Amino acid sequence: MTDHPGSLATAEASGAGATPRIDMIGNSERALRDQDLQDALGRAMPSFRRQRAAAVTELPEWEALRTTAAAIKDHTLANLEAYLGLLEARVREAGGVVHWAADAAEARRIITDLARARGLRRTVKSKSMTTEEIHLNPALEAAGVKVVETDLGEYVVQLAGDTPSHIIAPIIHKSAASVAELFTRKLGVPLYERPEDITRAARQALRAEFLAADLGVTGVNFAIAETGTIVVVENEGNARLTTTRPRVHIAIMGIEKVIPRLADLGVFLRLLARSSTGQRASVYVSLLTGPRRAGEVDGAEEFHLVILDNGRSRLLADPRMREALRCIRCGACLNVCPVYERAGGHAYESVYSGPIGAVITPALEGLERGHELPFASTLCGACAEVCPVRIDLPRMLLELRGRAVRAGLVGRVDRLFARAWTFVMWDPTRLRIVAAVARALQRLIVRDGRIPWLPYPLSGWTAHRAAPPLSGRPFRDRRGR
Amino acid sequence: MLAQRFLDIFGAEEQIVTPSGSCAAMVREWYPQLFRDSPEGAHRARAVGHRTFELSEFLVRVLARTDVGARLPASVVYHPSCHGLRGLGLRDEPLRLLAAVRDLRLIPLSGAEECCGFGGLFAVKFSALSGAMLATKLDAIEASGAEFVTATDASCLMHIAGGLAKRGSRVRAMHLAEVLASA
Repeated sequence: MTDHPGSLATAEASGAGATPRIDMIGNSERALRDQDLQDALGRAMPSFRRQRAAAVTELPEWEALRTTAAAIKDHTLANLEAYLGLLEARVREAGGVVHWAADAAEARRIITDLARARGLRRTVKSKSMTTEEIHLNPALEAAGVKVVETDLGEYVVQLAGDTPSHIIAPIIHKSAASVAELFTRKLGVPLYERPEDITRAARQALRAEFLAADLGVTGVNFAIAETGTIVVVENEGNARLTTTRPRVHIAIMGIEKVIPRLADLGVFLRLLARSSTGQRASVYVSLLTGPRRAGEVDGAEEFHLVILDNGRSRLLADPRMREALRCIRCGACLNVCPVYERAGGHAYESVYSGPIGAVITPALEGLERGHELPFASTLCGACAEVCPVRIDLPRMLLELRGRAVRAGLVGRVDRLFARAWTFVMWDPTRLRIVAAVARALQRLIVRDGRIPWLPYPLSGWTAHRAAPPLSGRPFRDRRGR
Repeated sequence: MLAQRFLDIFGAEEQIVTPSGSCAAMVREWYPQLFRDSPEGAHRARAVGHRTFELSEFLVRVLARTDVGARLPASVVYHPSCHGLRGLGLRDEPLRLLAAVRDLRLIPLSGAEECCGFGGLFAVKFSALSGAMLATKLDAIEASGAEFVTATDASCLMHIAGGLAKRGSRVRAMHLAEVLASA
């Protein structure tokens, strides 16, 4: 892999090419017309922001924690092979098995082969974006293995045949009423109104699944190299059950999830809980080292760790994009993003949405498919302000815009506009001439001192705002008086 | 390339002041990135960047002045433009200048630090998203009851003023420089 600036644009991402370009403009327009979605996002996002802000203000050392976390991640990424090697050795010493998957297809094959070889029939899963990324569930189902999502939100997504729309809040796009209606239809329970009753219905259905499962699949929030420990962070206890009850536990992680030492974990746990949900600590933090040992009362008999690349080493080899691999998937950048708040997660047509999604989707799936995403931003910088690992998201959005332009992926109108702007702004004479022509022409369209309508492509402007006419006497002519 | 052209024209100036946080952030924060492949260009960009200031930043931080002798008997809300706020870290500077304007009543703006949705070509390309963000900002401005909305950036203000005009709102947009020049 080279660090050529256009490398992402020409990268042969797995699965790219077959899937059409992500239509962020069209998707966001549809999202804005969906009043249920707008209501759901309008309720949830401000409270996410308030909770995070309150939790962060409590810690005077917050900024120092962010700096430390970014430094730990950068150090790990700079020595990634060594730390992954150490992690593999320690997991083996603890009695676990490590599998390496270059892409999504290989990861799916590893997991379905493990299930098939052991005759496993029923899987319970805790929430994992990485399993979403590799589309694990359909692969397991095709191999004759039943899969049940056990995170409440993911369970709803699965019953509805939907996809998650937020990294940590998968059904942020749904209302409680629509979930109650879904449960009545799918689980045969009465139409509940109170969230407690709706949740209880899911809990009862899921208990039976936990007891019957022979395979548990989880993601990994952090993997500690020096001890071979994987860390799973959650609030519902379902990941705890997923890792303790079934006979076999398979955990899947991206290569960037490794951290060097157990002592580093505290930094990330504090940042993750406060950044994602505004909690001081997550309700369940499970540290798992290998399978069940002699004398232990619970835990899986077999532990497998699947370590996934799937485009990440391309990011690692790309100095201007590498810091995206610091991401701990907290969702804070989504929660403060004014574009995410209005477009919703599904508009990004990717497992990863929001600012971080706009950065890593083009990397994982190819710039040809995802080049519109980095343009769907005002570069307001709210994301970078909250990122717990100080990822400079606006800088990377700009970088990807540049690559999209150089790869010829940007439309004709945009290119024409950029060329015209450069030409006109090059010197005062050109600007003067163009302004004089515009001033003469604008008389035809000015109404009450405003321009209410402009032709395409500037109709995009006048759809929501009047345009100001050029001043009769430009500022530069008044200078020095 | 316009950035090169800017450096050629302004490179020798002692101080460069712009009535735009976005322009100042572009020169100071982003020019060095643009010229990263040429050590000489990057050095020059950084040197010019150190001498480039947004107006309120220049008045308060460089000249150490908050009272410029202005008077505006009106109620005003201030919208902190993103690139000044988060790009240059300008939180207090414009507010201190406004607080020193005689007879000006500064009214708090709810959701002040949320983007107004301008974003350059974004406003045209992602017109619907931009319009929705603008609507939120306009609602907050109108709910404040202020007569004027001010900001450090003409770009955001053109967008906000255009939105207010389209709504038929009575709130007027005024650049911070215009407020400070009122007497």
